[in-house]
Amino acid sequence: MGDFYILSTIVENKPGVLFRASNMFRRRGFNIESITVGRTEKPGFAKMTIVVNGDELTVEQLIKQLGKLIDIVKITLLEQQTSVVRELALIKLNVLDQKTRVDVLNFSQIYRCRIVDVSNETITVEITGDPTKIDSFIKLVSSFGIRDISRTGITALQRG
Amino acid sequence: MIGAKALMKSLKREGVSTIFGIPGGATLPIYDELYNSDIRHILCRHEQSAAHMADGYARASGKVGVCFATSGPGATNLVTGIATAYADSSPIIAITGQVPKSLIGKDSFQETDIIGITTAITKYTFQPMNSAEIPYDLKKAFHIASTGRPGPVIIDIPKDVQQEKTNIKFPEKVVIRGYKPAIEPHHLQIERAAALLLNAEKPIILSGGGVILCNASESLQNIVELLLVPVVTTLIGKGSFPENHPLSLGPIGMHGTPEGNKLICETDCVLAVGVRFSDRTTGLFNKFCPDAKIIHIDIDPSEIGKNKQVQLPIVGDAKIALTQIYESLRLKIKRKKDSLWLKRINEVRDELKNNKDLDWANLKTITIIKKIREILPPEGILATEVGKHQMFAELHYKVIKPRTWITSTGLGTMGFGFPAAIGAKVAKPDVPVVDLAGDGSFCMTENSLAVCVEEKIPIIVAILNNRSLGLVEQWQRLFYDKRYSAIKFKNTPDFVKLAESYGAEGIRAQSIKEVEKALRSGLRNEIPTVIDIPVSPDEDVYPFVPPGKGLKDILYSSQDIR
Repeated sequence: MGDFYILSTIVENKPGVLFRASNMFRRRGFNIESITVGRTEKPGFAKMTIVVNGDELTVEQLIKQLGKLIDIVKITLLEQQTSVVRELALIKLNVLDQKTRVDVLNFSQIYRCRIVDVSNETITVEITGDPTKIDSFIKLVSSFGIRDISRTGITALQRG
Repeated sequence: MIGAKALMKSLKREGVSTIFGIPGGATLPIYDELYNSDIRHILCRHEQSAAHMADGYARASGKVGVCFATSGPGATNLVTGIATAYADSSPIIAITGQVPKSLIGKDSFQETDIIGITTAITKYTFQPMNSAEIPYDLKKAFHIASTGRPGPVIIDIPKDVQQEKTNIKFPEKVVIRGYKPAIEPHHLQIERAAALLLNAEKPIILSGGGVILCNASESLQNIVELLLVPVVTTLIGKGSFPENHPLSLGPIGMHGTPEGNKLICETDCVLAVGVRFSDRTTGLFNKFCPDAKIIHIDIDPSEIGKNKQVQLPIVGDAKIALTQIYESLRLKIKRKKDSLWLKRINEVRDELKNNKDLDWANLKTITIIKKIREILPPEGILATEVGKHQMFAELHYKVIKPRTWITSTGLGTMGFGFPAAIGAKVAKPDVPVVDLAGDGSFCMTENSLAVCVEEKIPIIVAILNNRSLGLVEQWQRLFYDKRYSAIKFKNTPDFVKLAESYGAEGIRAQSIKEVEKALRSGLRNEIPTVIDIPVSPDEDVYPFVPPGKGLKDILYSSQDIR
């Protein structure tokens, strides 16, 4: 992923907000790694967590441009060292023989994954962690043959 | 009360006296309410012009300009006008009709997603989904459009919401949680700015549109006269400082004055106020004042460091910032009697006097522009279109007062000047208004002549008619080896007859004497006057800093290029 920054923003929870933000990213040529949106504890507000690649000046400009969007109420740049950073991934793996099945179960245990679905030919694993942990798990199991992956993108909170 | 009535009442409460627009199917309920209203409605002939008129009205008056359009094509026709206002930070509100809620998203007749289309060219957009929201959205729209860095706002109202009857309340105040423009500058930055200016040997002020938008001209002039520091402007900043003042060096940039462009390259400290360091103003960003300390005052924090990294940013209202800097300077200044910098300015001016390429006595275009200045009073308004005539006017028309120079600088919209001039005249009926046009630009929105005649708006359109898209022709001459591609008009209308057919007065003026006579008669006219002035397409505009160069690389004539 290279150098990345995490912006945690509080936004008005109403239609068009995500469109305004993503339209601005496209127009100004910002390179966005992921965006997640969810409700917050306060009614009427949502939290948008944006992961962006780039240097300090780019991120500074991005924060200012986001700040101009009227639906964005607050922007915090999260320090990675002092924040909890998590991503969730669902990974569907081919398990055509007994040995693979055992390997997948073992690796899943080591990585503290949960098995969320099993069929004759596949196992679906749920893994949570920082993105590098998920990357390394995916690398490990890729030799079995990955049928499908769905990653949520990063969500994060300041510690303490 | 129905939504449409709530809208008209809200507009009235905001002090709107004039609306520019065209009705249509999706705005019938609004126009039905307009029928009972005492707000003046100016019936346009194209929605683009309606938006430009609202824009011209806003630029001349400082108030918000309002325009109406119906859904679908009515709304999309506004787009160029809205983008023009956005690029030049002009406060307009466009109210569009939309198909009824139940038909949105069904690709219905005259349905278009105007919010989606205009998100990148508006400051904000509203789409009230019930009629009770209308007064709130309108109040918010006025607040957003006119405060901070001004800009266009759209309110897109579905037809059934216009008709919906509910209990309507009109708010006195609205709260917008995510919108708090930074007005008050940081006091430490003010002190630092004053210190930088006092220690500078060769300071210069670069004044932009922001100075005009927040009425900061007087505060700027106070600093200039205290420090005896020269002023250059951006193209839109013309008029923020009187150009007949001895310390005015005119605009800098691609078609800036040679003294302005030369001297800004020698400065050691720039006080840049209400500017955004556009490429047309700075030339190559990294060649713009690389060794000077730059103080950048702007109300929009995202302008700081966007195009040019600066040493001292000040985020806030330019008028407040300049007033505070002036106060700080006044306490600290020790008068220096003779400044080498002022001597240098006179030296550059003298040098340029001897440059034969700058002898413009025989260029008809320039003589005409100077004649217009001579005839118009200082508060008279000049609007321009976009192209060669605009660049000539940038160089040779001296703007004396703020809000008397109306031109599309950011977007560079041909066809803007004429409707904008109409809007300006509506805002300032007692002030003479001239649109300086090229024949190419004028043809884009000339149908507004019908509006002008109908509404008795006596403005003057002076067409510098070279039967060509002149500025493109000049670039093809300079950079494309005279391969003239699609720039010559084989057929242009007879503008005198055209004007007459609309019921305006048309005058053809060949000589300067005839131009003067036509202008003077136009000023007395009660109907609009169109003056067709034939000029040679060979009259090119110099000096000129070619694209992709620094401001030092001035071309004084076509000879300089090889």
